[in-house]
Amino acid sequence: MDEKDHEILHLLEENGRLPLRELATSLALPEDEVEERIRAMEESRIIRKFTAVVDWERAGNSRVSAIIDLKIAPERDFGYDKIAERLARFRQVKALYLVSGVYDLQLLATGQDMNEVSRFVSEQIAPMDHIRETATHIIMKIYKENGNPFFEREGGERLPITF
Amino acid sequence: MREYGSARARAIPPSGIRRFFDLLLTMEDVISLGVGEPDFETPWNVAEAGIYAIEQGHTSYTSNKGLLSLRQAVARDLSMRYGISYDPEEEIVITSGVSEAADIAIRALVDPGDEVLVAEPSYVSYSPCVTLAGGRPVPVSCHEKDEFRLTPEGLMEKVTRKSRVLVMNFPNNPTGGIMGTDEINAIAEVVVDHDLLVISDEVYSELTYEGTHVAVASHPELWDRTITMNGFSKAYAMTGWRIGYLCAPKQISELALKIHQYVMLCAPIMGQMAAIEALRNGEEEKNAMVREYRHRRNFFVEGLNRIGLTCHLPRGAFYAFPSVASTGLSDLEFAERLLTEKQVAVVPGSVFGETGRDHLRCAYAVSREDLGTALKRMEEFLSGLSRE
Repeated sequence: MDEKDHEILHLLEENGRLPLRELATSLALPEDEVEERIRAMEESRIIRKFTAVVDWERAGNSRVSAIIDLKIAPERDFGYDKIAERLARFRQVKALYLVSGVYDLQLLATGQDMNEVSRFVSEQIAPMDHIRETATHIIMKIYKENGNPFFEREGGERLPITF
Repeated sequence: MREYGSARARAIPPSGIRRFFDLLLTMEDVISLGVGEPDFETPWNVAEAGIYAIEQGHTSYTSNKGLLSLRQAVARDLSMRYGISYDPEEEIVITSGVSEAADIAIRALVDPGDEVLVAEPSYVSYSPCVTLAGGRPVPVSCHEKDEFRLTPEGLMEKVTRKSRVLVMNFPNNPTGGIMGTDEINAIAEVVVDHDLLVISDEVYSELTYEGTHVAVASHPELWDRTITMNGFSKAYAMTGWRIGYLCAPKQISELALKIHQYVMLCAPIMGQMAAIEALRNGEEEKNAMVREYRHRRNFFVEGLNRIGLTCHLPRGAFYAFPSVASTGLSDLEFAERLLTEKQVAVVPGSVFGETGRDHLRCAYAVSREDLGTALKRMEEFLSGLSRE
């Protein structure tokens, strides 16, 4: 990893579909070198995945998401890892973090409707061993996700020519 | 009919591209590479500090010199980045942008009849300010073969017994040229020998893409004869806030302050408070913007050279300055036809002085997408030309 790799990551994080040629000229590197660097970073899983940030509500699919706080009784020898890995395997769980504060784990779960999310919490999560307490926060509106604002705003306008 | 107005104001030539402007305003779907300001918005923490200042009732005048806390922050910043030190109590004046700083600096140093050497191609305001001060602007050419640096030979050619002041701006608008330590050393001798004072507009200093910016005043023999000007517009995307500053040894800064207090009184307080936040917590966003400009520069300049407009690699600011000499069109003709035929606006180089003739100033402070489209349209225009 060097400065050039970091620059590639910055550019791809902003636009994962930036054409290789443009990426290469922007960094003043040969295309095949950039390609090789990206391949190496994919292989070492620095780049986890190329994906799209979707506004599902606009797509007419009003899924329901919730942030769920969990208090955990840690296991001897494993701490939180084992239970966290079990939780992470549910397809409904989109993100999962160990956090400081009153709760121990925080996860983001998504379902087709409210019914699925509440059944997921009450039937799958809450009864699991080592889970002592849950607090579920239904997400009512998304303002920003993955660094992308989900609301429209008219920016200022620049004069077409200034010196 | 009697001619109204002062001889000095009348002596300033009208803009040579009025017709070009009028044309531009009638056009639609134009991609403009003619904008001399960042396309980013002011970082939110900085804007929010300005809003908070208003909410807290900070809507008054400040000291003529500007808020002491801002002057102290500027002094720290200049010392840390460029190794130049100024006393925030006596040697720094906060101005309404570098434009105001340039005007008051010139008026503080120039007497009627004085010759003022202006390194060209140059930003458009210096020479008119010299004329308004009763001085005579004398262009000093910077050439493409020198990557648009100011050279001692160029200076020697134009310096006379009447020369008092040298105005220079590196990183340069419109060429993107910069001056390193060696180049500043080289001109220092001429400056000292001819007892010139230097007004150095360094507003693009943070937009330096290879190496770090060298301040003119960091030369030990130049500090006491230099007015350093800088500001927040370019580095922190704060053009509309109008906050710049001027630094000089007390004897000189006091003169500039006298003029500033009568023409501007002070720079707007909410802008000054936002500027303090920019210096405190703006580094990361600034670096991200600089990184993006550098990427766009590489992409755009490679593109210009590929389509046949030769362009040196600009090492600072956010302008590319390609030559149109090979097309057989003048810079003005090229710009007008590119605008009407392909809806891409660029600024003809001759606007920035005779040395800029046959060049175009293209600002790459626009989105990558627009840069790509502009390049494509320019390529089409050029291939159309070659079939004529």
